[in-house]
Amino acid sequence: MTEYSTFEHDVLVIGAGGAGLRAAIEASAAGVKVGLICKSLLGKAHTVMAEGGMAAALANVDDRDNWKVHFSDTMRGGQYVNNWRMAELHAKEAPDRVRELEAWGAVFDRTKDGKILQRNFGGHRYPRLAHVGDRTGLELIRTLQDHGVHQGIDVHMEVTVISLLKDGERIVGCFAYEREHGRFRVFKAKAVVLATGGVGRAYKITSNSWEGTGDGHALAYHAGAELIDMEFIQFHPTGMVWPPSVRGLLVTEGVRGEGGILKNSEGRRFMFDDIPDNYKEQTADTPEEGWRYVIGDRDARRPPELLTRDHVARCIVREVKAGRGSPHGGVYLDIAWIKEKLPNSAEHIKKKLPSMYHQFMQLANLDITTTPMEIGPTTHYVMGGVRVDADTQASTLPGLYAAGECASGINGANRLGGNSLSDLIVFGKRAGEYAVQFAKENAHGSIDDVQIEQEAKRALEPFERDGGENPFVIQHDLQDMMQRLVGIVRVEDEMKEALDELKKLNERATKSSVTGNVDFNPGWHTALDLRNLLTVSESITRSAIERRESRGGQFRDDYPNKDPEFAKFNIAVKEVNGEMQITHVPLPEMPAELKQVIEEMG
Amino acid sequence: MRTGVSAFRKMKATFSIRRGGREGGEMVDYKTEVTEGMVVLDAVHQIQAESAPDLACRWNCKAGKCGSCSAEINGKPKLMCMTRMDTIDTSQPVTIEPMRAFPPIKDLISDVSWNFDVKKRIKKFKPRPPDAEDGTWRMQQEDIDRVQEFRKCIECFLCQDVCHVLRDHNKHAEFIGPRFLVYAAALAMHPLATENRTEELKDAFGIGYCNITKCCTKVCPEHITITDNAIIPLKERVVDEHYDPLTRLVKLFRRK
Repeated sequence: MTEYSTFEHDVLVIGAGGAGLRAAIEASAAGVKVGLICKSLLGKAHTVMAEGGMAAALANVDDRDNWKVHFSDTMRGGQYVNNWRMAELHAKEAPDRVRELEAWGAVFDRTKDGKILQRNFGGHRYPRLAHVGDRTGLELIRTLQDHGVHQGIDVHMEVTVISLLKDGERIVGCFAYEREHGRFRVFKAKAVVLATGGVGRAYKITSNSWEGTGDGHALAYHAGAELIDMEFIQFHPTGMVWPPSVRGLLVTEGVRGEGGILKNSEGRRFMFDDIPDNYKEQTADTPEEGWRYVIGDRDARRPPELLTRDHVARCIVREVKAGRGSPHGGVYLDIAWIKEKLPNSAEHIKKKLPSMYHQFMQLANLDITTTPMEIGPTTHYVMGGVRVDADTQASTLPGLYAAGECASGINGANRLGGNSLSDLIVFGKRAGEYAVQFAKENAHGSIDDVQIEQEAKRALEPFERDGGENPFVIQHDLQDMMQRLVGIVRVEDEMKEALDELKKLNERATKSSVTGNVDFNPGWHTALDLRNLLTVSESITRSAIERRESRGGQFRDDYPNKDPEFAKFNIAVKEVNGEMQITHVPLPEMPAELKQVIEEMG
Repeated sequence: MRTGVSAFRKMKATFSIRRGGREGGEMVDYKTEVTEGMVVLDAVHQIQAESAPDLACRWNCKAGKCGSCSAEINGKPKLMCMTRMDTIDTSQPVTIEPMRAFPPIKDLISDVSWNFDVKKRIKKFKPRPPDAEDGTWRMQQEDIDRVQEFRKCIECFLCQDVCHVLRDHNKHAEFIGPRFLVYAAALAMHPLATENRTEELKDAFGIGYCNITKCCTKVCPEHITITDNAIIPLKERVVDEHYDPLTRLVKLFRRK
């Protein structure tokens, strides 16, 4: 018999970034017993790395902004395969969620009249991102953390979930282990909220921390839930490319929001060369107009550097492939040039982008106030995730909810910068609220000892095998393969090769072994993560093969255009008899009044 | 080699890393290759992948934003992810140890849970009633600059690690340490704040223990001016409210 300790909660939240914390706060405010599982220490989740801001139509800087503009910007950015209801709720509720943070102690940068300041960002028509310099994510997570610790939430730090536990179809808890002593834990819960973030560690070049291994995606999938939109991966256009050890590290879009421009090795501002038709009306004709937009001229349109991330990333790849890249395989991002426009530009840059300044100073010996940065695309965000009901965030399994990056729908084929942080608080709150409702209507389910025995055995297997491969090596090979075969530019042959490679990696993973004991053992942890990474990698690859068109985060070299047929459904994956099954889920019809909103917004 | 910078010579360096659990522990040497731009955390990861997969260390963002990978590198409290190898003398073994002001758990990991308990003891933020009818507030940027400085804190706890009150005198029960004095200062100087915490600062939080050696300020990776901007003004508040005869008199009347 496996030894474990048991914890009971009404609502269990897995993941303690912005979405998880917000869900836990909402649930505990409703008076139920809440548990919050963090893979790391509290307050260290990937949310801290979000830089630019959170999008909310507060209309503090430009009074023409409102939820309708935000809604249509989000749908346009997502190429209209978003869940319209989520995009609607998000646009309507984000302002209240941001203001609520202020009531909990967040200190946003201010406008001259003392309101929350908002900045420009890609794909947003008006300055919309509430921010704190370039450390908005830290402000968000710390505000929620400091508010949450007084709410009576039971926080389980450095605990990793191995699998969800089921009673029939219903999710009734999870099986986990605490890292310090490697001991198993069973969490019984009436409702479970997944808020585990993204999958970036499936790729070699990524802005994601070690935690981004698609745990929630894989947990839900193996429990029988559906995932949708897994082919849509966001490659953020501006990651560091040099030195090698920081390759992929994020350079905030805020740099472009503050006037940063992209140039190739010939000094050409290449983003002016390729402006998609559906953005022509909104994009500046000249650099001069672009700069006027940056400094707040209401009649100017935004510079092409602030087109959506999918498009900017592809333009960068094209420049590099055409031999017009920088020495280390990127292009130049130049904010220093604003010295031509602003007398105190160095101070201005340090004030608006302090952590970028330090990041480049400390890690690359480069002063961004005087010298252009070398940047290139980096795996940043997954639009795909657990298929949820828009209003309640309920998954396709009873008792299981999902919010934030591990849920899917709001972003469609491409997420706008700044929509993630607001997504976390809007849908984190909703997930918490509806999980409570489910928990109040249902008693605890029963825990299946057979399932626990199986999971414990599987978890401990790497210790019992001698002479197997080091899991770090397998993880590295997986990342390398996904980067090469299922990256920014995809073709069918390569992706089919990727499926073969995944099969081999799977076999290697089941034979890997770890040394040492169960106490805080990163090798063991990596061995357990591998299953999640392999699952999400397969779902990305299969979904990407299925979508025979290019749209947003999916670019197919063999199908370079958009195909209206593929605008009618989302691609879903589900585990059936141990195999990954692909289905098409029709997009719900958008109500006439929202269609009209989109038309009115041009 | 396309740029002059790339002409970096690859070489091996020796890292002497603390291995072991809660009790004892020993320094074990590992050799690994050091390449251009590498930081100490890269070396630790390389060692994990090459020869010690069970070597425990905390890390998350690898960008100096989360404050997880705090350690003592050649005896100096630092973030491993922001310490470049080319700032370290590799002709000698580079020592990496966990933060010493907290009990060790395993290898480079120490038990920082005390910090999380301390934060719970500090009364939470309570804003004044909203300024506008729509439930929002008005604050001027110059009035929040100082609070924003404090809120840059990434909770790496290096300031706690280097503070002699905690590290050498083990006053964890009586003193909350620089991190939480900064936290208290951010609450105290928040333009919307209504709660007063000087009573606790004086007694339960032990602000008097700090004798302003500024070691915390020196190690802060976020360059927060901990001592001058946070601790000294808080000390002044405590003095003003508790030792100033006039204030005491007013307080006496208020109580009645």
